[in-house]
Amino acid sequence: MRWSKLLLLIPYVAVSYVPFYNRTPPVIAGIPFFYWYQLLWIPLGSILLFIVLRLSGPSKY
Amino acid sequence: MNIALLVFSILFVVVTAMGFLASRWRRGDLSQLHEWGLGGRRFGTVIIWFLLGGDLYTAYTFIAVPALMFGAGALGFFAVPYTIMVYPLMFVVFPKLWSVARAKGYITAADFVRGRFSSSSLALAVAVTGIAATMPYIALQLVGMEVVLQALGMRGEVALVIAFVILAAYTYTSGLRAPAMIAVVKDLLVYITIFAAIIIIPAKIGGYEAMFDSIPAPKLLLGHATSHSLGPQVAYATLALGSALALLLYPHAMTGVLSSSSAEVIRRNAVALPAYSIALGLIALLGPMALAAGVASLPAYAEGFKQFGANYAVPALFMHVFPPWFVGVAFAAIAIGALVPAAIMSIACANLFTRNIYREYYKPDCEAAQESRIAKIVSLAVKLGALVFVIALPSQYAIQLQLLGGILIIQTLPAVLLGLYIGWLNPRALLLGWVVGIGSGITMWAQLGFSSTTYPLVLLGTTVPCYAAVLSLVLNLAITVLLSLALNVPKAGPQDETAQMS
Repeated sequence: MRWSKLLLLIPYVAVSYVPFYNRTPPVIAGIPFFYWYQLLWIPLGSILLFIVLRLSGPSKY
Repeated sequence: MNIALLVFSILFVVVTAMGFLASRWRRGDLSQLHEWGLGGRRFGTVIIWFLLGGDLYTAYTFIAVPALMFGAGALGFFAVPYTIMVYPLMFVVFPKLWSVARAKGYITAADFVRGRFSSSSLALAVAVTGIAATMPYIALQLVGMEVVLQALGMRGEVALVIAFVILAAYTYTSGLRAPAMIAVVKDLLVYITIFAAIIIIPAKIGGYEAMFDSIPAPKLLLGHATSHSLGPQVAYATLALGSALALLLYPHAMTGVLSSSSAEVIRRNAVALPAYSIALGLIALLGPMALAAGVASLPAYAEGFKQFGANYAVPALFMHVFPPWFVGVAFAAIAIGALVPAAIMSIACANLFTRNIYREYYKPDCEAAQESRIAKIVSLAVKLGALVFVIALPSQYAIQLQLLGGILIIQTLPAVLLGLYIGWLNPRALLLGWVVGIGSGITMWAQLGFSSTTYPLVLLGTTVPCYAAVLSLVLNLAITVLLSLALNVPKAGPQDETAQMS
């Protein structure tokens, strides 16, 4: 399914608008939001890629 | 001999042996350029994962990213959104590029441009850009190695020269198989070091909360927008985007990706490679850890900081918290981490020179064996050049030129990536766009005193600090698109030998 690749735009949106995450609260385990939010998007980006890999079937190339 | 140096030396000898033995691994005819310079395009998912991990996350990254966090604060964390943006791009674009390259026997991005636009001048521009952007990058790997060798107490450049001669020798004999094999060891050492660091170091400095509490506010977050400037937040986002677009255009990235055995291998790796990004994110936090541990004010490390500045933060932190034998492991991870990308970069430059300059302009009828031989010699010359550069000139020069490297390589994006999808791009328009992109990029870099890439663009009275690579790419794209439309060459037509591919 070609449209599934549009899911891959989500991580770009999530980390491109910096004012959204350029702050300290909420702090989790002593780590400010700025840091854990961006770190969290690494596995989330990978999960989205995995979903698209599955949805789009074997590579046509 | 101290224990750290002993452990370090043993690990170094092990990988040296592996580098030479690699020539027999998945044995191929190393007198063919695609065997020597692309490992015969036979690397599967697991090997590519190690190879690209070792290739893209270089030793210098491991030194420089925490150093930037140590010196400049939160801005250095742009490495995290940068790596988040890389993999969707790799997933979507590179399987297609791989399949064209495989079908047509392309080894470099310039090969693709040559076949796609049948323009040897555009291909030359892409090849020269690749070589110019990569040379200082190789030099930087040496700087990374120099920092840990100095920290191990080795004075002078003898150790550095020996390490590099060994590297040059096994790259010559084994080609891309050597870094592919060594990358496995390097990555295991890196992961061991990181896990130890994120467990041991916070425990020693009172936990993450105490660590972040001790960071001064201007370093903890990015500065906010004011009435006359959008501030570093825009710089942060454009640095991430521009670096992500540039990374996969670098010849060493292209070489790594093209050595995959199938397009599926590339897609699976786009899913799996973010594991390294997590490691990188944790490594970035070594910067604030070093700040919290106060290593810069300890007399034992004063000399190192004087010589290398913030780049000494991570080695100093490791020596401060780890037992000596583990310092040896961690430093070996960094030094071997320099060998892998340095080998791949020199191979990538050699491929470019041989294919797109030597064969294109000097010896169009050169035989496969001769092509491979030239590439091997060029890989030696490239490394020698980098070594002389680092020894003869201050390391600051390599760092500044590498900043320029990103600005240069991103200018090949229209020809290489858009060329893959858009049929109506005109090669002359692409070449002029490239000239304007390179020219404007170098001008901005020069105006910033050659030491920064964040250009304060003024729009309607508001300052918008942007990564110069992104600004110059916008100019490049504008020229390329408008001029292509103006020249109105209907289609690439029969000249495009890749046309039937999609």
